Amino acid sequence: MANPSIPEFALETSGEQTVLRVVGDWTVRTVQAVDDGLRDLEAHEGALVLDAAALGKLDTAGAFVIDRTLRQLSETPARIEGNHPNAENLISQVHAVTDVEEPKRPPHGGLVDMLERTGRGFMNMLGEAKDTLAFLGETLVTTFRLVLTPWKLRWTSIVSVLEEAGLDAMPIIAFLSFFVGMVVAFIGATTLRDLGSEIFVVELIGFAMLRELGVIMTGIVLAGRTNSSFTAQIGTMKMRQEIDAMQTLGLKPMDVLVAPRIIAMVVATPVLAFVGTLAGIAGGVMVGWLALDINPALFLDRLQSNVPLDQFWVGMSKAPVFGFVVALIACRQGLNVGGSVQSLGSKTTTSVVQAIFSIIVIDALFAIFYMEMGI
Amino acid sequence: MTDDIIIRVRDLKTAYGSHVVHEHLDLDIRRGEIIGVIGPSGCGKSVLLRAITGLKEPSAGSIEVFGKRLETLDPDERAAVERSWGVMFQDGALFSNLTVRENVMVPLKEHTDLSPQLCRELADMKILMAGLHVDAGPKFPSDLSGGMRKRAALARALALDPELLFLDEPTAGLDPITAANFDALIRQLQRALGLTVFLVTHDVDTLQATCDRIAVLGEKRVLAVGTIDELRAFDHPWVQEYFGGPRGRAATGH
Repeated sequence: MANPSIPEFALETSGEQTVLRVVGDWTVRTVQAVDDGLRDLEAHEGALVLDAAALGKLDTAGAFVIDRTLRQLSETPARIEGNHPNAENLISQVHAVTDVEEPKRPPHGGLVDMLERTGRGFMNMLGEAKDTLAFLGETLVTTFRLVLTPWKLRWTSIVSVLEEAGLDAMPIIAFLSFFVGMVVAFIGATTLRDLGSEIFVVELIGFAMLRELGVIMTGIVLAGRTNSSFTAQIGTMKMRQEIDAMQTLGLKPMDVLVAPRIIAMVVATPVLAFVGTLAGIAGGVMVGWLALDINPALFLDRLQSNVPLDQFWVGMSKAPVFGFVVALIACRQGLNVGGSVQSLGSKTTTSVVQAIFSIIVIDALFAIFYMEMGI
Repeated sequence: MTDDIIIRVRDLKTAYGSHVVHEHLDLDIRRGEIIGVIGPSGCGKSVLLRAITGLKEPSAGSIEVFGKRLETLDPDERAAVERSWGVMFQDGALFSNLTVRENVMVPLKEHTDLSPQLCRELADMKILMAGLHVDAGPKFPSDLSGGMRKRAALARALALDPELLFLDEPTAGLDPITAANFDALIRQLQRALGLTVFLVTHDVDTLQATCDRIAVLGEKRVLAVGTIDELRAFDHPWVQEYFGGPRGRAATGH
């Protein structure tokens, strides 16, 4: 491709007539060179002529800049002189589309934009909180209604979710908790060794795993694994209008999709948390045995006598709540998916983030509650 | 008049794994024409578009665009060729995290040294040219209807004033009135800007309203190229059924 020639312009006033002479190529790639100069031109009285005799290549960008300048120079339309193959045509085309109306753009800069975004973000957050509460209410009503009329429950879905979100998640939860147990035991042992009381690792592992870590790890794995898969499943159905189809067939998405998942998760999570807790203690026992010379029998004996059973129930009491919250958020975000693939991706992300966030906040609330209760 | 051939496809073969889409496909596209590409579903119309634009590597054969073979160009030359065409994908393929105006500004920002102000002005002009209201500029693609998204995609394809425009089913999924407006818009833009348009479509009305020539794809190659009247006389069962069926007859007024 030949190198484009540089565009130039000259404005000449002779008597009544003002002539804008344009020279060279005026295309999207070259026009910036003259743009600033053209903006500085001032309006002139009298007839306006555009001399396009020496104009080279012209595209819509060049035509736009010329047309804008002509308007800036005079209110009356300009006459176009000089034979150019498409100048008149292009300029009049551009003139016609941009003539429609002057776009009213409110003058606002970065600060106003930022305030607007902040305000919008805040209102969205309020709306989100309200919608979540509304969905929570609807889910609770549906679930209780179905539990009271168990013959209407969709047992096949429940069992399928139990397998997919419960049984299949067990190995990963057990593994992760086992390693977390090992880490806690190691860290505890290093600190306790300074005090010469390594044996207290048993209590550390007992309290930490039973009360917090077993169930928290379960919650987080469920939030990452099950939550995203629920959102993606329901979201894809929503995206392909399967959910609309369901409604027209007289099936309620709340009954068919949400309730089975909620019920299955409320049942499965305590079991998973129990397995997680056991695996975590096993990790602690392993470190105690191999690194700290604490005999497993001694470890378990001390665990039994020094860690009250209350701790186990404190931990387990959180599990169904976590399961419920994970399923609730997953279903809500899944049903919120719009028509596009992008929205499926963004809702899945939102769903996972919200689930992890909720689990940690709810865990903190539980901690405060049990502390006040003195357990 | 060999100069006037803007795209020259020779003996093209494309394949996905063992599934051969095109074989021995030849096609010439002349400068300044609107060529419609039709063919049964799955015959590889979009694949041909992808092959010409370099998105799908051909297994054999050659494709020359502006007299250059894409695969032999160095990255800079290739970028120059890519700048001189605009592609509008079937679903618009607008960047969903950018507003319509920002979408149109992407190529302007990337390939020119225009000031932000001029960029914005030009983007607004393209949006208006594509037949959208200027209010559409600050909206996100997800807030637009299907027809508006297609117009926004067209505005982005036109951003750099390309000589060559590829349109993949521009009127699919639009109501007849919107589709007819879109046809008129394409024709009008093509005249004003002297574009060459490669138009993949299923829509007989669009062919009738916009295309200078039509290429029929089938049996892995181009079955026939010609004006709508020449094709109507072409003896091939699919072509006969296409133009002779109730929709084809209604659109072409025979």
